[in-house]
Amino acid sequence: MPPASSSPSRLGRGDRLFLAFVIGLPLLALLVLVWLPALASIALSFTTWDGIDLSGIHWTGTENYTQIFTNYPPFWPAVGHNVLWLLFTALLPTPFGVFLAYHLDQKIRFTRFYQTAIFLPMVLSLAVVGFVWEIVYDPDTGLLNSVLDAAGAGHHIDWLGDPDLNLWAVLIASAWRHTGYIMILYLAGLKSFDPALEEAAALDGANGRQTFFRVVLPALKPVNVIIVVVTVMESLRAFDIVYVLGGGTGSKPGMELLSLLITDNIIGESGHIGYGSALAVILLLVSLAAIGAFLVQTFRKEDA
Amino acid sequence: MTQASRPMPAAPGPGRRGVVGGLFGLTAAALTAPVLTACGAGPSADPKTVTFGSNGADATPKSAYAAVTKAFGKESGLTVRTNTVDHDTFQKSITSYLQGTPDDVFTWFAGYRMQYFAKKGLAGPVDEVWDTIGGGFTDAAKQLSRGEDGRYYFVPLYNYPWAVFYRKSLFAERGYQVPGTWDEFIALARRMGKDGLSPVASGYGGGDSWSILGAFDYLNLRANGYDFHMSLMRGETSWTDKRTARVLDLWRELTPHYQKSGGGRSWQDAAQSLLDKKSGMAVIGLFLGQQVTDEKIRADLDFFAFPEIDPAHGQDAVEAPTDGFMLSRRPKNEDGAKKFLAYLGGASAEETYMSVDPSNLAVNERADTGSYNALQKRSAELIASAKHISQFADRDSDPGFISTVVLPGLTEWLGHPDDGTATLKKIESQRSRFFTA
Repeated sequence: MPPASSSPSRLGRGDRLFLAFVIGLPLLALLVLVWLPALASIALSFTTWDGIDLSGIHWTGTENYTQIFTNYPPFWPAVGHNVLWLLFTALLPTPFGVFLAYHLDQKIRFTRFYQTAIFLPMVLSLAVVGFVWEIVYDPDTGLLNSVLDAAGAGHHIDWLGDPDLNLWAVLIASAWRHTGYIMILYLAGLKSFDPALEEAAALDGANGRQTFFRVVLPALKPVNVIIVVVTVMESLRAFDIVYVLGGGTGSKPGMELLSLLITDNIIGESGHIGYGSALAVILLLVSLAAIGAFLVQTFRKEDA
Repeated sequence: MTQASRPMPAAPGPGRRGVVGGLFGLTAAALTAPVLTACGAGPSADPKTVTFGSNGADATPKSAYAAVTKAFGKESGLTVRTNTVDHDTFQKSITSYLQGTPDDVFTWFAGYRMQYFAKKGLAGPVDEVWDTIGGGFTDAAKQLSRGEDGRYYFVPLYNYPWAVFYRKSLFAERGYQVPGTWDEFIALARRMGKDGLSPVASGYGGGDSWSILGAFDYLNLRANGYDFHMSLMRGETSWTDKRTARVLDLWRELTPHYQKSGGGRSWQDAAQSLLDKKSGMAVIGLFLGQQVTDEKIRADLDFFAFPEIDPAHGQDAVEAPTDGFMLSRRPKNEDGAKKFLAYLGGASAEETYMSVDPSNLAVNERADTGSYNALQKRSAELIASAKHISQFADRDSDPGFISTVVLPGLTEWLGHPDDGTATLKKIESQRSRFFTA
């Protein structure tokens, strides 16, 4: 190539056109497919609309929000369940996934087999996962009740029907899937971990636990960030598995989640687009706050 | 990589830039494609084809509709292209379906929701069709097919009653008597419980929570009468009214006799427990028959009308949901679609449908009922004897109100049936959001 064109500041007309095309098109797609709907949702959240005629949109100010906060019975339970979901996922399956990854990374026999087995739920489509757990939880013929019966417990437990129980049943199903996901993410991180560090720690007399908490965990900070972000996002947007196990008709008593309330109001025959949008905006703000706070804090420390 | 070392890059084949550009071109095409097809889909369809959106995805209704469309094709020379969607999905996506490019003719239900779409202009009037088929229908059926503006928007095909189903042989073995009043009903349930049966089959798990509404509707119809029930459904009466509270009080007498763990069971499994004689009775619709595979069991099935609670209302109301067809707002082949609707409203279409799916009753009076089985005959008598016919809570009311407010409230209440004050208050607080004057 001629040397003149090696300077990036002197782009030809064709180059500029090409660049504008390459940057402009994704930007346009992003604007049209992400930002426009997001902004439209925010605007719609201040209106009532049945979703049929544009002329049916009526401005109502913050009416939807006051209604949701003061007079929407499933709202606060849903918020509580989302928080519970987050705490449960952050405290049990996520650490467990890390634990599994750390141990499977050691040179044990059949480690490939274990890795595959534990990751398998993540490969299955959620419809299948829902179906599998429906079979486990079925009150008459389900695995769980059959085992309990055989053990002589003698009474039926309505795992998915009892409003005090069904969220936990779903959380177990979700944990089953989440553990494998975290394990794979962490295994990938561990592969890039320099074993020399571990040897040095061993030479300094650190035991297994000290090595993990003082050496491995801090060294894998980028992976940790990813795992925390994934856990928070998955918990806040939890939807699919609850939807499937709830029978695919929207929120059920005991299993209300913000994401389900949104679909309750927007999809389906209800057609409360404005109300549903207000719920979506609330979920958006909560997600942004949670993730934003975490990322800002993490990267500020790094800069300092 | 090798190109850099060569003095003259001949670059055979596509260069990197070409590939990237091509990819972006594809993206652009993909982005604009929906817009273009949206423009292209004008009413320029084949005049020999009528499209038909069907929610009959289960095996029995699917083959029944197939038989009907085939017979129509033979008679008229038109081809019907059927687009079958799962029942629940069809119902849930109906609003967007009707606003997009719906099929010319689609399956739907009589009642409030039909009138709602008619009012919103999402369905076309079919008065001409009724000029042809009108003679075959009762005034009640005509009433059900009209919108609020008095024009026809609906062509009924079949209906089916809700009642209390049981197996005759079980009642004979144990010496049970068919109860006529509420007290007898509760006493019978108690006796069945002592005999080790689940007295009332119950399965409202997963997506089947709608099935509890049959009991609610009947309790309200029997205790408070048709007029109160309809005004409650239309959002004109308060849910904290003491008459509504009475419904939950009555229901609370029955719930201890419900089959355990109903909240996690499908209605099909509950129905199966009745067929297996593990449950004594079931409050359910005639569609229960679709679960029956053994004709001997079908012959052994019977039902009685939901028992009387207040003598003032007796058993004068029957819940008999009606299914049928509507015309979309801008059908591609309007003439063909109307011809198809006229055929569907005629007696021969009814007969064809019933011959495949015997769990329903023809609405058209001219349809030959000679092939009816015993259950169908009894059902037809039950409906004919009714002074009032209700559809079903999610058809008589705003379905969004029922599915997002009433159903969650009532299913939660069924888990711990108390006096219901808190539940009714919750429902009432949401009422105005759905029914604005």
